[in-house]
Amino acid sequence: MTGVLTATCIAILVVMAMALARALKAPTVYDRILGVNMFGTKTVLFIAVVGYMTGRPDFLDIAIVYALISFIGMVAVLRFFEYTAPIE
Amino acid sequence: MSILDYFSAILLAGGVFFSFTGAIGLFRFPDFFTRVHAASVTDTIGVILIIAGLLLQTSFDLNIIKLLLILAILLLTSPTASHALAKSARHGGLLTLAESNRSNDR
Amino acid sequence: MTEVLIDLVLLGMLAMTALRVIFLKDLFAVVMLFSIFSFVSALIFINLDAVDVAFTEAAVGAGISTVLMLGTIALTGRTEKKNSHSSILHLVVVCVTGAALIYGTMDMPPFGNADNPIHQHVAPRYIEDSPKEVGLPNIVTSVLASYRGFDTLGETVVVFAAMIGVLSLLGTARPTNKRATPESGLAKHRVLHVVAKIIIPFIILFALYVQFHGDYGPGGGFQAGVIAAAALILYALVFGASFAHRIVSPRQLEVFAPLGVLLYASVGLVGMIKGANFLDYNVLASTAAAGQHYGIIIIELGVGLTVFAAMLGLFYAFSNQVERSNVQ
Repeated sequence: MTGVLTATCIAILVVMAMALARALKAPTVYDRILGVNMFGTKTVLFIAVVGYMTGRPDFLDIAIVYALISFIGMVAVLRFFEYTAPIE
Repeated sequence: MSILDYFSAILLAGGVFFSFTGAIGLFRFPDFFTRVHAASVTDTIGVILIIAGLLLQTSFDLNIIKLLLILAILLLTSPTASHALAKSARHGGLLTLAESNRSNDR
Repeated sequence: MTEVLIDLVLLGMLAMTALRVIFLKDLFAVVMLFSIFSFVSALIFINLDAVDVAFTEAAVGAGISTVLMLGTIALTGRTEKKNSHSSILHLVVVCVTGAALIYGTMDMPPFGNADNPIHQHVAPRYIEDSPKEVGLPNIVTSVLASYRGFDTLGETVVVFAAMIGVLSLLGTARPTNKRATPESGLAKHRVLHVVAKIIIPFIILFALYVQFHGDYGPGGGFQAGVIAAAALILYALVFGASFAHRIVSPRQLEVFAPLGVLLYASVGLVGMIKGANFLDYNVLASTAAAGQHYGIIIIELGVGLTVFAAMLGLFYAFSNQVERSNVQ
């Protein structure tokens, strides 16, 4: 079973790398945010899967924190857009 | 491997597959709004499948509640973030591909 | 083997993000990349089994530091200033320092070796004796709160001092005279309002869990304070700062922050009155283990209170400045 979890883990890592690539090089600033958002979701899943892979389920606490907190970052971004007109 | 482990492996593989398609969609889709669509829809199904796969490997304890909590939070926040992002992109004057084509034709 | 591979990939991502941050001129994009930087570094900490450190990084890095950096950009402008100075001298200094640091690591014992000096001195004693002496399952908490209680008191004072520093630069948030109106927040985003209302109670509940479960699992006062502050920051962002001021006003925060430090220090003083050393919890109750338990719970509460007040105070100061500059 660890084999399956390890494979899942590596696959999520690859998806994270793709989201990172989008955030590093994006046509518009919104695409960057989209990449960051995707990276955040995948981070939560990655932490959960790694916790199961290494048999340390207390990692789930950190996954919950990320799921809750990364939303605040997104809301802050929106608030920032309301204040300032986006420059392209 | 027990039968539960097989189911769990299938669910995990499904989640990974949808996550991949979403990531590919981030690059391949033509304009921002379709890219939001690709990312957010696959994010949701990927989260559901992967968490379900992990749930099948959990014995009956606090971790089940934690996993369900993660699932509930992500199901709420991730689509909301995408929705609000698309809305604020619209607000910021970003056009869809069809609209920008039409304005180019004129 | 897999863990080494994952570590390498994560370090590669970290380096790429850092390089991109250096070369990007759009500061907003830089802030976005910084949040990825924080995600990746927390993942590296997790992979190294440093769960409590990862917890702190997760709580601070993705949410509150993004919020504060965006607040700074809203005040200062979004593009980096052109640097007209020649940067060759800086490059030389950085290269020499980096080379010296890398040379310094040559003499270090191999990573993860059991014979390393760090595993020889105090660590075995903590691992062997702390279950008897302190009796907490999470050894990190017993080291931070009991064995090195004086250090942690110093850190709490540092957080408090940082809050005073920022407030004296930015000015404290005055209670606004105008009535709180829904227009001050993200009024047009109705979906956000609903979701925020559902999420905020969970965040506060989770902060309480982290505060009181820190003796048994990862977490503790610092992380709990940050998460609780994050809940109110979310409320202020979605509904407007004046609504958040009605729940916890800036004036209350000015009371909470020193109160936490005083609570911490008073535990030490009680120990002294009872005839032991400063911050010796053994004498707080009839048995030493119970005394340790009481002491740790109270000082974690003090830490949580100060950190909560400091984080929220910083946010209020920033949002106050942003609003004022927007009015002018």
